[in-house]
Amino acid sequence: MIRKSLVIIGGGPAGMAAALGAVENGLAPDEILILERDKRLGGILNQCIHNGFGLHTFKEELTGPEYAARYEAQIKAKKISYKLGTMVMSIRDGEEKEIIAMNGQEGILEIYAKAVILAMGCRERPRGALNIPGYRPAGIFSAGTAQYYVNMEGKLPGKEVVILGSGDIGLIMAHRMTLEGAKVKAVAELMPYSGGLKRNIVQCLQDFDIPLLLSHTVVDIHGKERVEGVTIAKVDEKSAPIPGTEKYYSCDTLLLSCGLIPENELSLGCGITLSPVTGGPVVNESLETNIPGVFACGNVLHVHDLVDFVSGEAKEAGERSAEYVRNLSAPEAEEGIPVLAENGVRYTVPATIRTQHMKESQTIRFRVGKEYRGVKVCVYLDNTLLRSIPKRTMAPGEMEKVVLLKKDLADRNVKSIRITVEE
Amino acid sequence: MKEKRELTCIGCPMGCQITVVLKDGLVTDVSGNTCKIGDTYAREEVTNPRRTVTSILKVVDGELPVVSVKTGETVPKDRIFAVMEEINSISVEAPVSIGQVLIENVADTGVSVVATREIKKV
Repeated sequence: MIRKSLVIIGGGPAGMAAALGAVENGLAPDEILILERDKRLGGILNQCIHNGFGLHTFKEELTGPEYAARYEAQIKAKKISYKLGTMVMSIRDGEEKEIIAMNGQEGILEIYAKAVILAMGCRERPRGALNIPGYRPAGIFSAGTAQYYVNMEGKLPGKEVVILGSGDIGLIMAHRMTLEGAKVKAVAELMPYSGGLKRNIVQCLQDFDIPLLLSHTVVDIHGKERVEGVTIAKVDEKSAPIPGTEKYYSCDTLLLSCGLIPENELSLGCGITLSPVTGGPVVNESLETNIPGVFACGNVLHVHDLVDFVSGEAKEAGERSAEYVRNLSAPEAEEGIPVLAENGVRYTVPATIRTQHMKESQTIRFRVGKEYRGVKVCVYLDNTLLRSIPKRTMAPGEMEKVVLLKKDLADRNVKSIRITVEE
Repeated sequence: MKEKRELTCIGCPMGCQITVVLKDGLVTDVSGNTCKIGDTYAREEVTNPRRTVTSILKVVDGELPVVSVKTGETVPKDRIFAVMEEINSISVEAPVSIGQVLIENVADTGVSVVATREIKKV
């Protein structure tokens, strides 16, 4: 049996930053344990060998492995303990949190903790969730799986590629496979806009003249043993394929980059409430779930575009968890003020704010449901406009934020905070 | 002759929309960028576009069969495939340390290829 103040589930960017945040806020490094199922720390950053990481955190442009290495070095320097190759099976709430984990060396581990940080990240939406008809031949990969083969194992999964979905990993793999000599014939995107970052459209597709087919989808996969081709059709406003627009693309590989899903089986197992919009836990200003002492950060909470923002959010979760451990005997705080996502705003993190626990400034992150140009993001306290921030462009693929100050809420009996998009 | 070009900055994931005004092939105005990187990118992109190349390079006796690498600086965009060809033509022996120079003056660009990951020897 192991007893710790804080157990962090996941040793990727979120888990590592959370651990460092907790230490910075006074928790002893030996009171923390990170559980990581992979053979190394760093999570998905290990296979993200492209650059563009760290501009906010380190003020320089790093690749994924370099960004991970910087955090890993800090974890080691601070002597924060971690277990690799260790899979968490369950979390249970009680007097203490009970975590059951296992690995090949120690067998089943029974771990007790005062606080838990969920940092399990997310996974890719698989073919089974996309309802694409056709056989099940070899040659269909999620973009992240292809990324692992190419970047970690040095193996090219195919030579002629079609990519369904224009999420960032799909765009990045279009670029990677092109550099490695594959022919990427097209990227088909169901929506009328790309789900990826603008820079990736430029340097992954436009640089190599790879067509991006917006409002298109794969309606059939051909081939029995191996993919031989796909049929792509245009879709209408309701995302239904338009008869007569089908076009055949011969290819040996189909990559799927159709969205990421926060990996919350463990959270569900211990009774944590999830948001139907993000698929991640509903959290308050402290990034704490409905179970006191269980915090969430990074892609398990809501899927981020930038690891820098994951690190920032996770550091905060770490700091808050240290406070929680310190003030365990303190009385329950008041009910939170709900933060309402309205008129184009799909969700907010946090979903509630307890003013008593609020810091001087509180970042509220959110995503919008469609592309906007020349609009304003408005923050209302009940029906009073607090702030309106002009935005040149906003897109579902790019996370937005507004900052709320503690003094904004002081001496006002606010019942709700509303975030809206207005013309 | 005056020419206006719209660019999406790739300097960072913000992806600012930048407008560059050129007169007789010379940049006279850059707007829409929110930082210095954007200004530099825009001026370079319309005159001499460059990119950082990231890839992998074969490793002998390493914990992984490949090591991730990057060009230490950007290389001319039209040299990307020449750089790739040279990266793919060699292999290195483990161990490899992060930041280690693996190829000097890759494809005559004057730029080095450096490791972005540590690879232990097995």
